[in-house]
Amino acid sequence: MSKYSEIAAQGLWKNNPGLVQLLGLCPLLAVTATITNALGLGVATLLVLIGSNVLVSLVRDFVPKEIRIPVFVMIIAALVTCVQLLINAYAYNLYLSLGIFLPLIVTNCVIIGRAEAFASRNSLAHSAFDGLMMGLGFTAVLVVLGASRELLGQGTLFGGADLLLGDWASVLTIHVWHVDTPFLLAMLPPGAFIGMGLLIALKNVIDSRVNAMQPKVESVSVTRARITKVN
Amino acid sequence: MAFKIASSPHVSTTLHTNTVMKRVALCLIPGIAVQSYYFGYGTLVQLLLAITVAYLAEAAVMKLRNRNITATLKDNSALVTASLLAVAIPPLAPWWLIVIGTLFAIVIVKQLYGGLGNNVFNPAMAAYVLLLISFPVQMTSWVAPQTLTVNYADMLHTFNSIFQLNAGYAADFFHLAIDGTTMATPLDTLKTDLSMGLTTTESMTKTIFSGSVGEGWFWVNMAYLVGGLVMLKLKVIRWHISGAIVLTLFVCASIGFLISPDTFVSPIMHLFSGGTMLAAFFIATDPVTAATSPRGRLIFGAMIGLLIYLIRTFGGYPDAVAFAVLLANMCAPFIDYYVRPRSYGHRVGN
Repeated sequence: MSKYSEIAAQGLWKNNPGLVQLLGLCPLLAVTATITNALGLGVATLLVLIGSNVLVSLVRDFVPKEIRIPVFVMIIAALVTCVQLLINAYAYNLYLSLGIFLPLIVTNCVIIGRAEAFASRNSLAHSAFDGLMMGLGFTAVLVVLGASRELLGQGTLFGGADLLLGDWASVLTIHVWHVDTPFLLAMLPPGAFIGMGLLIALKNVIDSRVNAMQPKVESVSVTRARITKVN
Repeated sequence: MAFKIASSPHVSTTLHTNTVMKRVALCLIPGIAVQSYYFGYGTLVQLLLAITVAYLAEAAVMKLRNRNITATLKDNSALVTASLLAVAIPPLAPWWLIVIGTLFAIVIVKQLYGGLGNNVFNPAMAAYVLLLISFPVQMTSWVAPQTLTVNYADMLHTFNSIFQLNAGYAADFFHLAIDGTTMATPLDTLKTDLSMGLTTTESMTKTIFSGSVGEGWFWVNMAYLVGGLVMLKLKVIRWHISGAIVLTLFVCASIGFLISPDTFVSPIMHLFSGGTMLAAFFIATDPVTAATSPRGRLIFGAMIGLLIYLIRTFGGYPDAVAFAVLLANMCAPFIDYYVRPRSYGHRVGN
């Protein structure tokens, strides 16, 4: 089990694809203007990531090393197409608002990175779990960034939730405060960059606080008496 | 030629940061005074707000960073940043505009990069650009000059507008706009008119220009010019950057104006309207974010002058000072890398 908890810790915190590996920055910065968009893209990435990790893990022994990258990319592209068609069918408005970033999941470095670095070397169960945890870690970063940008920019949370979940979900929209004029910077890409920088800084602060609280391990240093003269 | 014989001691001291900054702030005073005369008390209120917020923000960050708070506050750099931002934004803009801008300038642009001396961008101008792209409506509604409007914003009106004491900001704001207390700046008006097919001469017949470069704007720019010349005299700044900006802008504008006086703004308008003089003497000369060698400064200033002209003439925003300064800030390390003064005993470039 310790392998599973290690995978979970890696995906959710220590090696978080959004905050530490800084992979998939393009969708991370482009679609996180609202929680709804962030959640939609996060879940889509999560599904593709689990699927690709499973498939890559299954075929890892049959794919020649030289052509593994094209094979992985084709597997990912097939999965992305499936997810894209599903979203097109069941959440058409979300499909419209995510736009080009949905098919662009295929170029998301998180997915190819995990396929190459993890799934092609580990068993099916481990790979699937790794896909789930990396996907959750990525989605969490997307949602936190989306929430802060939406809150600053429009003063709402879950604005347009009906795009994702159907008409009943419009009750989920929370108007935290009313703004006469939207804070455009938070909704524009520069705001995403600044917010991302602040999130990474926050993670580093938490890490250093946690490290400072760890008990110090006494290191035993052995010194050897020098028997030859130093020139 | 008579030799001037000075008595000892011959040791000269260099100026400390707090003295330099204090003198910059003092030299801003004529400009602020003229601006308040033409555009109302708003500027003074904004100035007060900005300085308060800047000092509080600086103290808070210093506390977080476990640094000496009083030593940092005494260097007066927060005072200058706050003043520059406060005179740049519209006098009747709501209070949260200047608060957001000042916080951004001090906390993110200055302190997150490591504090005074480490910032890549001019804090006041970065904050101005943040406000301009975030709140374009508020940032482009300048106050009508006092001499042109009947509904001159008195003290009460100013406070109401800035602190939104009644009816909320939005309602009050547009109410004012109808009454003619706020209007576009001369540069903005000219730009809109040119895009609508009017010639400069036709556009300049409007009252806001008063036949020259815009009511009030000429004297505001003259006051900043005087303040800048005093700074030159006090050796707070050197002439290279300001001279290069003014000269480049003048040359570019003259070329355009000579080619087609109907569609290009006159050089006098370029030099004495908008924020030209403020930028040339107070903003671009920031020693931290400008190039350092004399030749580098000439290039840096010429670049700002050219960019101001290009963005004003072909860009989407009415004034271009902030964008020009930020773009030149980005190039300053690059300029410094290629323009190294020769040190004595070495060849060029070593």
